[in-house]
Amino acid sequence: MADIHLENADPGFRKELAQQPGGEKITACFTCRTCVASCPIAAVNDRFNPLRIIRMALYGLRKEVLESDFIWLCSSCYSCQERCPQGVNITEFMTLLKNMAVKEGHVPSGVKAQKEIIKDQGRIYSIDEFDNKKRNKIDLPSLPTTCEVVKVLFAE
Amino acid sequence: MNTSLRYALFLGCTIPARSRNYELSARKVASRLGVDFVDVEGFICCGFPVKSADKKSGLILGAYNLALAQKKGLDLCALCSSCTSALTEVAHHLSGDEALRKEVNESLAKAGLSYEGGVKVRHFARVLYEEVGKDRIKSALSRDLKGLRIATHYGCHYLKPSEIYDSFDQVEDPHTLDELFALTGAEVVEYGSKKRCCGGPVLAVDEKTALSVAKAKLDDIQASGANAIGLVCPFCSVMYDSNQKGIESQFGTSYNLPVLYLPQVMGMAMGMDKKEIGLNMNVVKTADLMRSLNLEI
Repeated sequence: MADIHLENADPGFRKELAQQPGGEKITACFTCRTCVASCPIAAVNDRFNPLRIIRMALYGLRKEVLESDFIWLCSSCYSCQERCPQGVNITEFMTLLKNMAVKEGHVPSGVKAQKEIIKDQGRIYSIDEFDNKKRNKIDLPSLPTTCEVVKVLFAE
Repeated sequence: MNTSLRYALFLGCTIPARSRNYELSARKVASRLGVDFVDVEGFICCGFPVKSADKKSGLILGAYNLALAQKKGLDLCALCSSCTSALTEVAHHLSGDEALRKEVNESLAKAGLSYEGGVKVRHFARVLYEEVGKDRIKSALSRDLKGLRIATHYGCHYLKPSEIYDSFDQVEDPHTLDELFALTGAEVVEYGSKKRCCGGPVLAVDEKTALSVAKAKLDDIQASGANAIGLVCPFCSVMYDSNQKGIESQFGTSYNLPVLYLPQVMGMAMGMDKKEIGLNMNVVKTADLMRSLNLEI
Protein backbone atom coordinates (compact mmCIF):
# COMPACT_ATOMS: atom_id res chain seq x y z
CA MET A 1 0.00 0.00 0.00
CA ALA A 2 1.39 3.38 -1.03
CA ASP A 3 2.09 6.21 1.41
CA ILE A 4 -0.71 8.66 2.08
CA HIS A 5 0.03 12.22 0.91
CA LEU A 6 -2.22 14.61 2.75
CA GLU A 7 -1.12 17.59 0.67
CA ASN A 8 -3.33 16.22 -2.09
CA ALA A 9 -6.39 16.07 0.14
CA ASP A 10 -9.75 17.51 -0.83
CA PRO A 11 -11.24 18.96 2.38
CA GLY A 12 -14.74 18.97 0.86
CA PHE A 13 -14.82 15.21 0.28
CA ARG A 14 -15.91 14.35 3.82
CA LYS A 15 -18.87 16.71 3.58
CA GLU A 16 -19.82 15.45 0.13
CA LEU A 17 -19.91 11.89 1.50
CA ALA A 18 -21.81 12.81 4.66
CA GLN A 19 -24.68 14.16 2.58
CA GLN A 20 -25.34 10.87 0.80
CA PRO A 21 -26.91 7.59 1.97
CA GLY A 22 -24.16 5.40 3.38
CA GLY A 23 -21.88 8.31 4.20
CA GLU A 24 -23.92 9.91 6.98
CA LYS A 25 -22.13 8.36 9.92
CA ILE A 26 -18.54 7.80 8.83
CA THR A 27 -17.22 10.58 11.09
CA ALA A 28 -18.34 8.46 14.06
CA CYS A 29 -15.67 5.84 13.26
CA PHE A 30 -13.30 5.56 16.25
CA THR A 31 -10.89 3.16 14.49
CA CYS A 32 -11.62 0.09 16.64
CA ARG A 33 -10.91 -2.24 13.68
CA THR A 34 -13.94 -4.45 14.28
CA CYS A 35 -14.65 -4.06 10.54
CA VAL A 36 -11.19 -5.30 9.58
CA ALA A 37 -11.38 -8.23 11.98
CA SER A 38 -14.79 -9.20 10.57
CA CYS A 39 -13.88 -8.83 6.90
CA PRO A 40 -13.55 -12.03 4.84
CA ILE A 41 -11.67 -10.15 2.13
CA ALA A 42 -9.15 -8.49 4.45
CA ALA A 43 -8.46 -11.97 5.83
CA VAL A 44 -7.08 -13.12 2.48
CA ASN A 45 -5.99 -9.89 0.74
CA ASP A 46 -4.28 -7.06 2.59
CA ARG A 47 -4.96 -4.61 -0.21
CA PHE A 48 -8.48 -4.36 1.19
CA ASN A 49 -8.91 -2.68 4.55
CA PRO A 50 -12.26 -1.02 5.36
CA LEU A 51 -10.86 1.00 8.25
CA ARG A 52 -8.15 2.45 6.03
CA ILE A 53 -10.66 3.34 3.32
CA ILE A 54 -12.83 5.19 5.86
CA ARG A 55 -9.73 7.05 7.18
CA MET A 56 -8.63 7.98 3.67
CA ALA A 57 -12.11 9.29 2.92
CA LEU A 58 -12.17 11.32 6.13
CA TYR A 59 -8.76 12.81 5.29
CA GLY A 60 -10.21 13.91 1.95
CA LEU A 61 -8.17 11.62 -0.27
CA ARG A 62 -10.84 11.71 -2.94
CA LYS A 63 -8.74 10.72 -5.92
CA GLU A 64 -6.83 7.96 -4.11
CA VAL A 65 -10.10 6.39 -2.97
CA LEU A 66 -12.31 6.80 -6.03
CA GLU A 67 -9.62 5.84 -8.53
CA SER A 68 -8.47 2.85 -6.50
CA ASP A 69 -9.04 -0.76 -7.43
CA PHE A 70 -9.36 -1.77 -3.77
CA ILE A 71 -12.84 -0.30 -3.14
CA TRP A 72 -14.10 -2.91 -5.61
CA LEU A 73 -12.85 -5.76 -3.43
CA CYS A 74 -15.69 -5.28 -0.92
CA SER A 75 -17.94 -8.35 -1.24
CA SER A 76 -20.98 -6.59 0.30
CA CYS A 77 -21.26 -9.31 2.93
CA TYR A 78 -22.37 -6.82 5.63
CA SER A 79 -20.25 -8.44 8.37
CA CYS A 80 -18.63 -5.09 9.22
CA GLN A 81 -21.86 -3.15 9.09
CA GLU A 82 -23.64 -5.60 11.38
CA ARG A 83 -20.85 -5.35 13.95
CA CYS A 84 -19.79 -1.69 13.84
CA PRO A 85 -20.19 -0.40 17.41
CA GLN A 86 -20.58 3.13 16.09
CA GLY A 87 -23.38 2.27 13.69
CA VAL A 88 -21.46 3.22 10.57
CA ASN A 89 -23.21 1.71 7.55
CA ILE A 90 -19.90 0.51 6.16
CA THR A 91 -21.26 -1.71 3.40
CA GLU A 92 -23.56 1.05 2.18
CA PHE A 93 -20.60 3.42 2.39
CA MET A 94 -18.56 1.14 0.12
CA THR A 95 -21.49 1.08 -2.31
CA LEU A 96 -21.57 4.89 -2.23
CA LEU A 97 -17.86 5.05 -3.05
CA LYS A 98 -18.26 2.58 -5.90
CA ASN A 99 -21.24 4.49 -7.30
CA MET A 100 -19.25 7.75 -7.16
CA ALA A 101 -16.26 6.10 -8.80
CA VAL A 102 -18.44 4.86 -11.67
CA LYS A 103 -19.83 8.37 -12.21
CA GLU A 104 -16.27 9.57 -12.60
CA GLY A 105 -15.41 6.82 -15.04
CA HIS A 106 -13.50 4.43 -12.76
CA VAL A 107 -15.03 0.98 -12.95
CA PRO A 108 -13.55 -2.53 -13.33
CA SER A 109 -14.33 -4.06 -16.72
CA GLY A 110 -16.22 -7.02 -15.20
CA VAL A 111 -18.54 -4.76 -13.22
CA LYS A 112 -19.12 -2.50 -16.21
CA ALA A 113 -19.90 -5.46 -18.45
CA GLN A 114 -22.39 -6.87 -15.92
CA LYS A 115 -24.22 -3.56 -15.70
CA GLU A 116 -24.37 -3.14 -19.46
CA ILE A 117 -25.63 -6.67 -20.07
CA ILE A 118 -28.40 -6.29 -17.50
CA LYS A 119 -29.49 -2.89 -18.73
CA ASP A 120 -29.58 -4.28 -22.26
CA GLN A 121 -30.95 -7.79 -21.81
CA GLY A 122 -32.71 -7.70 -18.45
CA ARG A 123 -30.64 -10.53 -16.94
CA ILE A 124 -26.99 -11.48 -16.48
CA TYR A 125 -27.32 -14.79 -18.28
CA SER A 126 -29.78 -14.47 -21.12
CA ILE A 127 -31.90 -17.52 -21.88
CA ASP A 128 -31.86 -18.98 -25.38
CA GLU A 129 -33.83 -21.75 -27.06
CA PHE A 130 -31.15 -24.27 -26.12
CA ASP A 131 -31.57 -23.36 -22.42
CA ASN A 132 -35.32 -23.72 -22.74
CA LYS A 133 -34.91 -27.12 -24.34
CA LYS A 134 -32.79 -28.25 -21.40
CA ARG A 135 -35.36 -26.77 -19.02
CA ASN A 136 -38.32 -28.44 -20.72
CA LYS A 137 -36.53 -31.78 -20.69
CA ILE A 138 -36.73 -31.81 -16.91
CA ASP A 139 -40.23 -30.31 -16.83
CA LEU A 140 -39.16 -26.77 -16.02
CA PRO A 141 -41.19 -24.08 -17.82
CA SER A 142 -39.71 -22.04 -20.68
CA LEU A 143 -38.52 -18.54 -19.94
CA PRO A 144 -38.61 -15.50 -22.26
CA THR A 145 -35.57 -15.35 -24.56
CA THR A 146 -35.83 -11.61 -25.10
CA CYS A 147 -36.50 -8.66 -22.83
CA GLU A 148 -37.63 -5.36 -24.27
CA VAL A 149 -38.82 -3.76 -21.07
CA VAL A 150 -35.36 -2.84 -19.70
CA LYS A 151 -34.74 -0.59 -22.67
CA VAL A 152 -38.03 1.14 -21.93
CA LEU A 153 -37.29 1.41 -18.19
CA PHE A 154 -33.89 2.99 -18.75
CA ALA A 155 -34.79 5.13 -21.76
CA GLU A 156 -33.69 8.72 -21.12
CA MET B 1 -50.91 -25.05 8.76
CA ASN B 2 -51.65 -22.19 6.44
CA THR B 3 -53.40 -23.86 3.52
CA SER B 4 -53.07 -20.97 1.09
CA LEU B 5 -49.34 -20.57 0.70
CA ARG B 6 -49.15 -18.98 -2.70
CA TYR B 7 -46.15 -17.07 -3.99
CA ALA B 8 -44.82 -15.66 -7.22
CA LEU B 9 -41.62 -17.64 -7.75
CA PHE B 10 -38.70 -15.31 -8.34
CA LEU B 11 -35.89 -17.22 -10.08
CA GLY B 12 -33.50 -14.38 -10.89
CA CYS B 13 -30.68 -14.83 -13.41
CA THR B 14 -28.33 -17.46 -12.00
CA ILE B 15 -30.82 -20.19 -11.13
CA PRO B 16 -32.52 -20.81 -14.49
CA ALA B 17 -29.16 -20.72 -16.29
CA ARG B 18 -26.77 -22.38 -13.87
CA SER B 19 -28.67 -23.98 -10.97
CA ARG B 20 -31.50 -25.95 -12.46
CA ASN B 21 -30.92 -28.59 -9.78
CA TYR B 22 -31.92 -26.01 -7.16
CA GLU B 23 -34.98 -24.86 -9.11
CA LEU B 24 -36.11 -28.40 -9.80
CA SER B 25 -35.75 -29.61 -6.22
CA ALA B 26 -37.34 -26.46 -4.79
CA ARG B 27 -40.38 -26.82 -7.04
CA LYS B 28 -40.80 -30.50 -6.10
CA VAL B 29 -40.40 -29.92 -2.39
CA ALA B 30 -42.73 -26.91 -2.46
CA SER B 31 -45.36 -28.93 -4.24
CA ARG B 32 -45.15 -31.76 -1.66
CA LEU B 33 -45.52 -29.24 1.14
CA GLY B 34 -48.46 -27.37 -0.34
CA VAL B 35 -46.56 -24.23 -1.32
CA ASP B 36 -48.02 -23.00 -4.59
CA PHE B 37 -45.42 -21.34 -6.83
CA VAL B 38 -46.80 -19.13 -9.58
CA ASP B 39 -44.55 -18.39 -12.56
CA VAL B 40 -44.77 -14.76 -13.56
CA GLU B 41 -43.59 -14.12 -17.07
CA GLY B 42 -41.64 -10.90 -17.26
CA PHE B 43 -39.55 -10.93 -14.10
CA ILE B 44 -36.13 -9.45 -14.80
CA CYS B 45 -32.87 -9.16 -12.84
CA CYS B 46 -33.44 -8.30 -9.16
CA GLY B 47 -30.98 -5.40 -9.34
CA PHE B 48 -28.36 -6.82 -6.98
CA PRO B 49 -25.55 -7.10 -9.57
CA VAL B 50 -25.87 -3.46 -10.64
CA LYS B 51 -26.21 -1.92 -7.18
CA SER B 52 -22.48 -1.53 -6.67
CA ALA B 53 -22.11 0.39 -9.91
CA ASP B 54 -25.43 2.19 -9.97
CA LYS B 55 -27.78 2.07 -7.00
CA LYS B 56 -30.58 3.91 -8.78
CA SER B 57 -30.73 1.34 -11.60
CA GLY B 58 -30.75 -1.45 -9.01
CA LEU B 59 -33.69 0.21 -7.32
CA ILE B 60 -35.64 0.49 -10.58
CA LEU B 61 -35.03 -3.16 -11.47
CA GLY B 62 -36.12 -4.30 -8.01
CA ALA B 63 -39.19 -2.06 -8.02
CA TYR B 64 -40.21 -3.28 -11.47
CA ASN B 65 -40.31 -6.87 -10.20
CA LEU B 66 -42.22 -5.87 -7.08
CA ALA B 67 -44.72 -3.97 -9.22
CA LEU B 68 -45.25 -7.02 -11.45
CA ALA B 69 -45.92 -9.18 -8.37
CA GLN B 70 -48.28 -6.55 -7.01
CA LYS B 71 -50.20 -6.50 -10.29
CA LYS B 72 -50.72 -10.25 -9.92
CA GLY B 73 -51.74 -9.82 -6.30
CA LEU B 74 -48.91 -12.05 -5.08
CA ASP B 75 -46.06 -11.93 -2.61
CA LEU B 76 -42.62 -12.97 -3.80
CA CYS B 77 -40.63 -16.07 -2.93
CA ALA B 78 -37.00 -16.14 -4.09
CA LEU B 79 -34.57 -19.04 -4.07
CA CYS B 80 -31.44 -16.89 -4.35
CA SER B 81 -30.26 -15.07 -1.25
CA SER B 82 -28.95 -12.08 -3.19
CA CYS B 83 -32.27 -11.69 -5.01
CA THR B 84 -34.05 -11.96 -1.66
CA SER B 85 -31.86 -9.29 -0.12
CA ALA B 86 -32.03 -6.91 -3.08
CA LEU B 87 -35.81 -7.16 -3.40
CA THR B 88 -36.42 -7.02 0.36
CA GLU B 89 -34.25 -3.94 0.58
CA VAL B 90 -36.09 -2.17 -2.23
CA ALA B 91 -39.46 -3.11 -0.71
CA HIS B 92 -38.22 -1.89 2.69
CA HIS B 93 -37.00 1.47 1.41
CA LEU B 94 -40.01 2.08 -0.83
CA SER B 95 -42.50 1.32 1.93
CA GLY B 96 -41.19 4.04 4.16
CA ASP B 97 -40.26 6.72 1.65
CA GLU B 98 -43.04 8.25 -0.40
CA ALA B 99 -40.73 10.63 -2.25
CA LEU B 100 -38.51 7.77 -3.36
CA ARG B 101 -41.55 5.75 -4.45
CA LYS B 102 -42.73 8.68 -6.54
CA GLU B 103 -39.33 8.99 -8.17
CA VAL B 104 -39.13 5.26 -8.95
CA ASN B 105 -42.69 5.22 -10.23
CA GLU B 106 -41.75 7.80 -12.86
CA SER B 107 -39.45 5.16 -14.34
CA LEU B 108 -41.96 2.33 -13.90
CA ALA B 109 -44.64 4.43 -15.63
CA LYS B 110 -42.68 4.11 -18.86
CA ALA B 111 -43.45 0.39 -18.69
CA GLY B 112 -47.05 1.01 -17.67
CA LEU B 113 -46.55 -0.01 -14.04
CA SER B 114 -46.44 1.55 -10.61
CA TYR B 115 -45.52 0.19 -7.22
CA GLU B 116 -47.70 1.12 -4.27
CA GLY B 117 -45.87 -0.85 -1.57
CA GLY B 118 -46.84 -3.83 0.53
CA VAL B 119 -45.43 -6.77 -1.44
CA LYS B 120 -43.76 -9.24 0.92
CA VAL B 121 -40.46 -10.80 -0.15
CA ARG B 122 -39.39 -14.13 1.31
CA HIS B 123 -36.56 -16.57 0.81
CA PHE B 124 -37.87 -20.10 0.23
CA ALA B 125 -36.04 -21.35 3.34
CA ARG B 126 -37.75 -18.67 5.39
CA VAL B 127 -41.14 -19.72 3.99
CA LEU B 128 -40.32 -23.29 4.99
CA TYR B 129 -39.24 -22.26 8.47
CA GLU B 130 -41.91 -19.69 9.29
CA GLU B 131 -44.92 -20.58 7.23
CA VAL B 132 -44.83 -24.28 6.40
CA GLY B 133 -43.30 -25.03 9.78
CA LYS B 134 -41.17 -27.85 11.12
CA ASP B 135 -44.08 -30.12 12.08
CA ARG B 136 -45.60 -30.09 8.63
CA ILE B 137 -42.19 -30.69 7.03
CA LYS B 138 -41.38 -33.50 9.43
CA SER B 139 -44.64 -35.26 8.62
CA ALA B 140 -43.75 -35.21 4.89
CA LEU B 141 -40.41 -36.99 5.40
CA SER B 142 -40.11 -40.72 4.92
CA ARG B 143 -36.37 -41.40 4.89
CA ASP B 144 -33.87 -40.83 7.71
CA LEU B 145 -30.63 -39.27 6.44
CA LYS B 146 -28.58 -40.55 9.36
CA GLY B 147 -24.90 -40.48 8.45
CA LEU B 148 -25.18 -37.25 6.46
CA ARG B 149 -22.98 -34.74 8.24
CA ILE B 150 -23.89 -31.31 6.92
CA ALA B 151 -21.84 -28.13 7.30
CA THR B 152 -24.47 -25.42 6.83
CA HIS B 153 -23.46 -22.31 4.93
CA TYR B 154 -25.85 -19.41 5.55
CA GLY B 155 -24.15 -17.02 3.17
CA CYS B 156 -24.60 -13.30 3.65
CA HIS B 157 -27.79 -12.08 2.10
CA TYR B 158 -30.14 -14.70 3.50
CA LEU B 159 -29.86 -12.77 6.78
CA LYS B 160 -28.16 -9.46 6.09
CA PRO B 161 -28.50 -6.54 6.31
CA SER B 162 -30.54 -7.45 9.40
CA GLU B 163 -32.37 -4.11 9.42
CA ILE B 164 -34.46 -5.17 6.41
CA TYR B 165 -35.30 -8.66 7.70
CA ASP B 166 -37.37 -7.78 10.78
CA SER B 167 -36.03 -10.09 13.42
CA PHE B 168 -35.89 -13.25 11.35
CA ASP B 169 -33.10 -15.51 12.68
CA GLN B 170 -29.94 -14.09 14.29
CA VAL B 171 -27.05 -12.83 12.24
CA GLU B 172 -24.39 -13.69 14.82
CA ASP B 173 -25.92 -16.99 15.87
CA PRO B 174 -28.02 -18.25 12.98
CA HIS B 175 -30.12 -21.37 13.49
CA THR B 176 -32.94 -21.62 10.93
CA LEU B 177 -31.01 -23.59 8.30
CA ASP B 178 -29.48 -25.85 10.95
CA GLU B 179 -32.96 -26.71 12.19
CA LEU B 180 -34.32 -27.30 8.70
CA PHE B 181 -31.44 -29.58 7.67
CA ALA B 182 -31.61 -31.42 10.99
CA LEU B 183 -35.26 -32.36 10.38
CA THR B 184 -34.03 -34.92 7.86
CA GLY B 185 -31.97 -36.83 10.40
CA ALA B 186 -28.75 -35.27 9.10
CA GLU B 187 -26.22 -34.18 11.69
CA VAL B 188 -25.37 -30.47 11.53
CA VAL B 189 -21.63 -30.10 12.04
CA GLU B 190 -20.21 -26.96 13.63
CA TYR B 191 -17.15 -25.26 12.15
CA GLY B 192 -15.28 -22.02 12.77
CA SER B 193 -16.03 -19.90 9.74
CA LYS B 194 -19.72 -20.78 9.52
CA LYS B 195 -20.83 -17.16 9.10
CA ARG B 196 -18.25 -16.24 6.48
CA CYS B 197 -19.03 -15.01 2.98
CA CYS B 198 -18.45 -17.33 -0.03
CA GLY B 199 -16.47 -14.64 -1.88
CA GLY B 200 -18.79 -14.76 -4.89
CA PRO B 201 -19.49 -11.04 -5.29
CA VAL B 202 -15.82 -10.27 -6.02
CA LEU B 203 -15.44 -13.07 -8.58
CA ALA B 204 -15.93 -10.62 -11.46
CA VAL B 205 -13.35 -8.21 -9.98
CA ASP B 206 -10.55 -10.38 -8.59
CA GLU B 207 -10.85 -14.12 -9.08
CA LYS B 208 -7.86 -15.02 -6.91
CA THR B 209 -9.31 -13.15 -3.93
CA ALA B 210 -12.77 -14.65 -4.43
CA LEU B 211 -11.39 -18.19 -4.65
CA SER B 212 -9.16 -17.61 -1.59
CA VAL B 213 -12.22 -16.66 0.45
CA ALA B 214 -14.04 -19.81 -0.69
CA LYS B 215 -10.96 -21.94 -0.04
CA ALA B 216 -10.68 -20.77 3.57
CA LYS B 217 -14.16 -22.09 4.23
CA LEU B 218 -13.66 -25.35 2.35
CA ASP B 219 -10.56 -25.96 4.52
CA ASP B 220 -12.58 -25.39 7.70
CA ILE B 221 -15.44 -27.59 6.55
CA GLN B 222 -13.12 -30.40 5.60
CA ALA B 223 -11.47 -30.24 9.03
CA SER B 224 -14.89 -30.36 10.74
CA GLY B 225 -15.56 -33.90 9.49
CA ALA B 226 -18.63 -32.89 7.49
CA ASN B 227 -19.34 -34.99 4.40
CA ALA B 228 -21.39 -32.33 2.58
CA ILE B 229 -22.07 -28.61 2.48
CA GLY B 230 -25.69 -27.48 2.77
CA LEU B 231 -26.75 -24.11 1.39
CA VAL B 232 -29.56 -21.98 -0.04
CA CYS B 233 -27.98 -19.66 -2.60
CA PRO B 234 -26.94 -20.39 -6.21
CA PHE B 235 -24.09 -17.92 -6.07
CA CYS B 236 -22.59 -19.59 -3.03
CA SER B 237 -22.98 -22.90 -4.84
CA VAL B 238 -21.08 -21.53 -7.84
CA MET B 239 -18.20 -20.84 -5.45
CA TYR B 240 -18.19 -24.17 -3.60
CA ASP B 241 -19.56 -26.58 -6.20
CA SER B 242 -18.73 -25.20 -9.67
CA ASN B 243 -15.38 -23.78 -8.55
CA GLN B 244 -14.31 -26.54 -6.16
CA LYS B 245 -12.16 -28.29 -8.76
CA GLY B 246 -10.55 -25.00 -9.76
CA ILE B 247 -9.76 -24.19 -6.13
CA GLU B 248 -8.26 -27.65 -5.68
CA SER B 249 -5.95 -27.23 -8.66
CA GLN B 250 -5.03 -23.61 -7.89
CA PHE B 251 -4.20 -24.22 -4.23
CA GLY B 252 -3.08 -27.84 -4.37
CA THR B 253 -5.85 -29.04 -2.07
CA SER B 254 -8.37 -31.86 -2.29
CA TYR B 255 -11.90 -31.75 -0.87
CA ASN B 256 -14.36 -33.81 -2.88
CA LEU B 257 -17.14 -32.26 -0.80
CA PRO B 258 -20.63 -32.51 -2.32
CA VAL B 259 -22.59 -29.24 -2.17
CA LEU B 260 -26.30 -29.76 -1.61
CA TYR B 261 -29.17 -27.32 -1.72
CA LEU B 262 -31.63 -27.46 1.18
CA PRO B 263 -34.50 -28.70 -1.04
CA GLN B 264 -32.24 -31.41 -2.48
CA VAL B 265 -31.64 -32.72 1.03
CA MET B 266 -35.33 -32.40 1.90
CA GLY B 267 -36.25 -34.16 -1.33
CA MET B 268 -33.94 -37.05 -0.42
CA ALA B 269 -35.66 -37.31 2.94
CA MET B 270 -39.04 -37.24 1.18
CA GLY B 271 -38.00 -40.32 -0.77
CA MET B 272 -37.48 -38.61 -4.12
CA ASP B 273 -35.04 -40.11 -6.60
CA LYS B 274 -31.88 -38.36 -7.71
CA LYS B 275 -33.33 -37.07 -10.98
CA GLU B 276 -36.28 -35.49 -9.23
CA ILE B 277 -33.92 -33.39 -7.15
CA GLY B 278 -31.35 -32.83 -9.90
CA LEU B 279 -28.46 -34.55 -8.11
CA ASN B 280 -27.08 -35.52 -11.52
CA MET B 281 -26.53 -31.80 -12.20
CA ASN B 282 -24.33 -31.24 -9.16
CA VAL B 283 -20.74 -30.59 -10.23
CA VAL B 284 -19.05 -32.38 -7.33
CA LYS B 285 -20.40 -35.89 -7.71
CA THR B 286 -22.66 -37.21 -4.99
CA ALA B 287 -22.63 -40.95 -5.83
CA ASP B 288 -20.01 -41.89 -3.21
CA LEU B 289 -21.84 -39.95 -0.53
CA MET B 290 -25.16 -41.57 -1.44
CA ARG B 291 -23.56 -45.00 -1.31
CA SER B 292 -22.03 -44.31 2.09
CA LEU B 293 -25.48 -43.34 3.34
CA ASN B 294 -26.97 -46.51 1.82
CA LEU B 295 -29.24 -44.31 -0.25
CA GLU B 296 -29.95 -46.22 -3.42
CA ILE B 297 -31.57 -43.34 -5.21
